[in-house]
Amino acid sequence: MMPESSLVKDHYGISVKCGAPLLRHFNQSSLPLHGNTNAQSAFCTQQNVPECLSHINQEVSSLGLRTIWTELDESSDLNVVTVLNCMHDLIQLHRRSLRTLENMEVEQLKSSSKLDYLQLSTTRLKEQLECSKRENTGLLERERQLQQKVKSLQNCLKNEKEEMQKLQNMIASRATQYNHDMKRKERDLNKLKERLSQLLVDKKERKQAIDVLNNIGRADGKRSVWKTEKTEAKHEGEMYKTLLSDYDARQRDLVLENAELRRVLHQVKNDMVSLLRLKKLTQKGVQNERDGTQANSEEEQEEEGFEPGKELFSVHASEKLTNSIRLQWRRLKSHVEQLDSQVSLAQVNAGKSSETTPRETQEEEVDKLKLEIQEYKDLIQTQQHLLQHQLSSSCDEITSLRNDGYMLQEKERLRGEWKTLEGQRSIFERERKNFTEAAIRLSHERKAFEEDRATWLKHQFLSLSPCGDPKKLMLSNPTGASSTGETELNLQLTQEKLSEFLSDSASTPKYRSSSSLSTVDLHHALHATPENLLIKPKVKTTNTEESRNLWEDFPILQELSEP
Amino acid sequence: MNFSEVFKQSNQLCKVSPDGKYLATCVQYRLVIRDVNTLQILNLYTCLDQISHMEWSSDSLFILCAMYKRALVQVWSLEQPDWHCKIDEGSIGLVSSRWSPDGRHILNTTEFHLRITVWSLCTKAVSYIKYPKACQKGLDFSRDGCYMALAERRDCKDYVSIFVCDDWHLLRHFETETQDLSGLEWSPNGCVLAVWESCLEYKMSLYSLDGRLLSTYSAYEWSLGIKSVSWSPSSQFLAIGSFDEKVRILNHITWKKIAQFEHPAIIDNTKATVYKEIEKRPAVSSDEMSLHDITVASSLFSTQSKYDISPLPVQIPVVKPDPDRANPKIGVSALAFSSDSRYIATKNDNMATAVWVWDMQKLRLEAVLEQTSTIRCFQWDPRRPRLALCTGNSKLYLWSPGGCVSVQVPAEGGFQVHSLNWHCSGDSLILIGKDQLCLCYMDADQNNE
Repeated sequence: MMPESSLVKDHYGISVKCGAPLLRHFNQSSLPLHGNTNAQSAFCTQQNVPECLSHINQEVSSLGLRTIWTELDESSDLNVVTVLNCMHDLIQLHRRSLRTLENMEVEQLKSSSKLDYLQLSTTRLKEQLECSKRENTGLLERERQLQQKVKSLQNCLKNEKEEMQKLQNMIASRATQYNHDMKRKERDLNKLKERLSQLLVDKKERKQAIDVLNNIGRADGKRSVWKTEKTEAKHEGEMYKTLLSDYDARQRDLVLENAELRRVLHQVKNDMVSLLRLKKLTQKGVQNERDGTQANSEEEQEEEGFEPGKELFSVHASEKLTNSIRLQWRRLKSHVEQLDSQVSLAQVNAGKSSETTPRETQEEEVDKLKLEIQEYKDLIQTQQHLLQHQLSSSCDEITSLRNDGYMLQEKERLRGEWKTLEGQRSIFERERKNFTEAAIRLSHERKAFEEDRATWLKHQFLSLSPCGDPKKLMLSNPTGASSTGETELNLQLTQEKLSEFLSDSASTPKYRSSSSLSTVDLHHALHATPENLLIKPKVKTTNTEESRNLWEDFPILQELSEP
Repeated sequence: MNFSEVFKQSNQLCKVSPDGKYLATCVQYRLVIRDVNTLQILNLYTCLDQISHMEWSSDSLFILCAMYKRALVQVWSLEQPDWHCKIDEGSIGLVSSRWSPDGRHILNTTEFHLRITVWSLCTKAVSYIKYPKACQKGLDFSRDGCYMALAERRDCKDYVSIFVCDDWHLLRHFETETQDLSGLEWSPNGCVLAVWESCLEYKMSLYSLDGRLLSTYSAYEWSLGIKSVSWSPSSQFLAIGSFDEKVRILNHITWKKIAQFEHPAIIDNTKATVYKEIEKRPAVSSDEMSLHDITVASSLFSTQSKYDISPLPVQIPVVKPDPDRANPKIGVSALAFSSDSRYIATKNDNMATAVWVWDMQKLRLEAVLEQTSTIRCFQWDPRRPRLALCTGNSKLYLWSPGGCVSVQVPAEGGFQVHSLNWHCSGDSLILIGKDQLCLCYMDADQNNE
């Protein structure tokens, strides 16, 4: 739009200067005004001025401006004033539109910038929102932690309060005990004071005295001895003697206990060694190399351990003993772990030796194992079903159930196989029947063909010979011809049928291989037979006979097929 | 099981002589000596005042009768009924009197524990021991009778003096680690002396015979501590019962705790049998869980009782002690080892109706006997693992690993068994009531089990 408007503006200037030539220009088609129209055909030419006028009139009126030309004007010349007015109006219109366009563009710019701004602001706000959400979660997290802390602190506080209560109770009980003791002592003291005062007052002081009828002898009958240093030393000695004897007795007991424990440890060690040895014997081959060095060290230790009596009192020996026991125990443990893993592997592999699997057949074995697993799973399922059946029918013994289950499962399998066999057999029978029918038909047709051939040959022969009975031949031929044609057709049909049969036979299972061979050969034979029949007339009689016994006389067919 | 007839006694003073032949009882101011089996009166002695304390000498030849009010001690001879001996403490008073292990010296403790006077009956000599401590158990003789340990208090400090009983020679004198010594006890082998603190602090100190400190043991601080102590007869274990309702067993090699027996109110998750005494209203025949036939002449007013095995869990009735009173009725106050050290019987004061029997070999609870009333006394048979207990009613209860039996004491007018003592042979029991006594003879076949 822009270039046109500029052009218009320029030409507005031009139009002010040259009004008339404009009209002339207007009439002409080579106006630069219509820059575009130079390329196109001019709107107005000398010929179509009135039409142009009317057209322009219409356009202008449609635009809502005053018309430039009315039909009342007779002169072909236009009213310049109205045209100019019109042009002015148009220009004004154009200007207005341009302005609106500008405005719209400005508006559009504004709106686009606003949009951009809004987009920016939304992204910013989104970011802000994200930020604030994160902050929020962070704050929530902190709040939760603080709450937990509060809870734990409350617990602590509770515990502390309880402890404090306990301590208070303790203090209270101690205080009561102290008070009680104090009171008792005070009472004693008071009694003592009273007694003292009484004694001080009391004049009669009763002294201590003993009144014995006669001295009695000592309990052990000996005479009493003066207290001297000797006796004191003797007492000391006796005291130490008692202490020593007590310690001696205790030590003796401990020694006996130690000996017993040592003996037990030795026994344990020997048991473990023998156990490990037994288990080693069962795992020859691969492990021997590995355990070679270990066995040596074991033997060494065994030799060491065979002198329990001598080394009873040395700490070193006891250390050795405990170390050897620890070693044996570790070995036993590792052995038991190994056995456990082996057992688990053996269960997975279902009886295969897990130790000697070469890498080449590993994948094969894995596949085989998977298959086996599937089979066993199916077996288990069927057995489960059978078991359930048996249980529902309330069977007593579990072993008989299992056996019955096995039997049933076997029966099922056999039945299935029997069914498939039966099916195949029926198919086989059907095919056989069809084949025999076809063969019979074929034989019939061949017979007919042979007869025709024979008649034809006869005819030929007779025709060749001076005397001929064409009538006979003709009589016989039509039937023969028709029959040959029929036989040919029939042969073809049979051939088709045979091919069908062959295709069928190809799809039948392998156990029919013997029959399929014969059909193939038969096919070959039959393919070959028309030619043979033509070439070898000699054999025709035998053919008709033998063609009936197709199935049985297999070698004869082979003969037939040989050229 | 045979029961003798009921005899009078006063002050619960009935003791069998150490050789097991004679039974001495005090009735007011008379001392009655009977033959244990026939219960015939062999001798009768008259004292000057009501007898407060009576004790046989170790050789079963002499009996001392102490009259605390009059500060008199009279000694009687069994062989020579005419022989007499009188010890007068005079103004200084008498608080306790006892024999020395040789049976020839008498130790009198004066009033206020001012001193201990050692009277010799052989030489009439007198010795004094100063500053004895007035505590729960301040004096103990070793089992072989060679040594005596005495707690002393001088200048607000505790000391222990070890005397040789032969000539009262002071062998050792040492200060103890205690603040306020409450008791001491020799181990049965006489080589270790256990010394423990008052209940304000849990502290058990172990001293060797020559006065060396072997070890101290303290289970906890601040709460009330040791309430009762008992050595096992084999000297292997020292059982300490405390106010926290637990018994701790120390071993004699390391003096460290090897076991802790607790007395929970709800017994659960244990292999022990809980026997509960169930009283039945008067029944003609008794169908107790008895080990053998018992001939019992039941009186009309007594209620029969039997033991039932309660299924776990069992709740033992607990009586909460008054927190404001001193020496609260809580904690293990009684401990007793059986003679073979195989079992230990304990009583927790706030579950006063139950006796707990623990197996020392397996270190776990063996049986609990729940009675209908509070237990007054229990004692092990000196020969075999059999526990006799009484609860102040007219029944005698016996526990052995085989089972439990409740026996009615046949006595007219009701006989309340307050305490009991085994005869040293383990063949009979002396049942002591308020002012009566009765002998219970065990059957020969029962004893052979």
